[in-house]
Amino acid sequence: MALTFWQSTLGKKIVMGATGLIMIGYLCVHLLGNMKIFFGPGEFNAYGHWLRVMGAPVLHHEWGLWIARIVLLASVVLHGVSAYQLSRRDIKARPQKYVHTKPRASYATRTMRWGGVILGLFIVWHVLDLTTGTTHSGGFQEGHPYQNVVDTFSTWYGNVIYIVAMLAMGMHVRHGFWSAAQTLGAGNRTRDRALKAIANALAIVLTAGFISIPVGVMTGVVS
Amino acid sequence: MKLTLRVWRQKNPDTPGAMATYELDGVSQDMSFLEMLDVLNEELIVKGEEPVAFDHDCREGICGACSLVINGDAHGPERTTTCQLHMRSFQDGDTIDIEPWRASAFPVIKDLVVDRSAFDRVIQAGGYITAPTGSAPEAHATPVPKADADYAFEHAECIGCGACVAACPNGAAMLFTSAKVNHLNVLPQGSPERETRVLDMVAQMDAEGFGGCTLTGECATACPKGIPLFSITAMNKEWLRATRKVKR
Repeated sequence: MALTFWQSTLGKKIVMGATGLIMIGYLCVHLLGNMKIFFGPGEFNAYGHWLRVMGAPVLHHEWGLWIARIVLLASVVLHGVSAYQLSRRDIKARPQKYVHTKPRASYATRTMRWGGVILGLFIVWHVLDLTTGTTHSGGFQEGHPYQNVVDTFSTWYGNVIYIVAMLAMGMHVRHGFWSAAQTLGAGNRTRDRALKAIANALAIVLTAGFISIPVGVMTGVVS
Repeated sequence: MKLTLRVWRQKNPDTPGAMATYELDGVSQDMSFLEMLDVLNEELIVKGEEPVAFDHDCREGICGACSLVINGDAHGPERTTTCQLHMRSFQDGDTIDIEPWRASAFPVIKDLVVDRSAFDRVIQAGGYITAPTGSAPEAHATPVPKADADYAFEHAECIGCGACVAACPNGAAMLFTSAKVNHLNVLPQGSPERETRVLDMVAQMDAEGFGGCTLTGECATACPKGIPLFSITAMNKEWLRATRKVKR
């Protein structure tokens, strides 16, 4: 059955839809946690520390965190590999373009592929910047996430990369959530307006929520 | 009406084609698009040139033989088949671009004619029901709820013209395949093959080299018979269900 899934265009798309929904779920939780930054370094750093003891005493130190990381990494990889293979196939299936072309579909729909590539690169930068601190500006301090976030958003390029990526994320989620619902067979005529409304709400709330953090740093609300 | 036509001309599958420009005068607004092409071809024949090859059959909008991408739209600007498109949809002095369906699964045979036999093979893979032949069955022996009958008919309207593939940026045949799957899967007559039908037809669709679905919705917009985009959603659901039920 796993082979049937992976060999079929439908199966690969279902893998994309399911992993996409996992990642949207993660984004929602991630946003809620990040909002603690507006309540001062004490609360935000304590939340960062809790992530490491999450699930205790059942789970060993950092196990909960690593389980989440593994699930997310698997989701990103499966999502990306499926998207790459399906895109290659799609391009091969339409080798010759029409002479007479017109703009088709919505902007969010047309930018799914390159938007996805931008998001993939952003995730790499985001992890190097705020998890490992490899590319962090102004001295990365392990265990002091509040200060690290403020450092990142005190640079112009940190703000630009982050805000551009969050706008791309919003558009990706807008078409992606609705698409995933169709791919997983959950859509129909009566539900369509609700699904589109949820997709738009998710896109707007996630984008505005995440962008509020650099804006908070820029305006001095978070410092 | 005086028109400038830019038509895809291609001698055979192995020769590269190109757009050729023709001026056509004396076109009536009451002509169908195909009758306009007939007039062009008569002029070409008189001049000793090769007429433009294009597919057509019933010219009533029910057979699915006619094709043509007109100004970038499969079957042109109206939501109907090319044979039912009339020249009143155009203005005097217009330039009209006419191209064949574009998809690697639909190779060009000549000019505007493409080989759509990939659709036939998708149908052969499962677009049928097993029924004993012989005398007609008693009509009341198999009751079909009205809602199911309507649903089946909505999908049975598909004439297999291929506009969905032509319009899809990925050259996908999802709308065609889903129309056939949903048409038969909802009916009691189609239920013995419900699972194998969707698995086999989707597998054949992939084997023919059609692309995948990115839900741009172009197919449903182009469909002259109004097959809804949710047909694809319903097929995805049937496919997921079938993968759970059938062990392969």
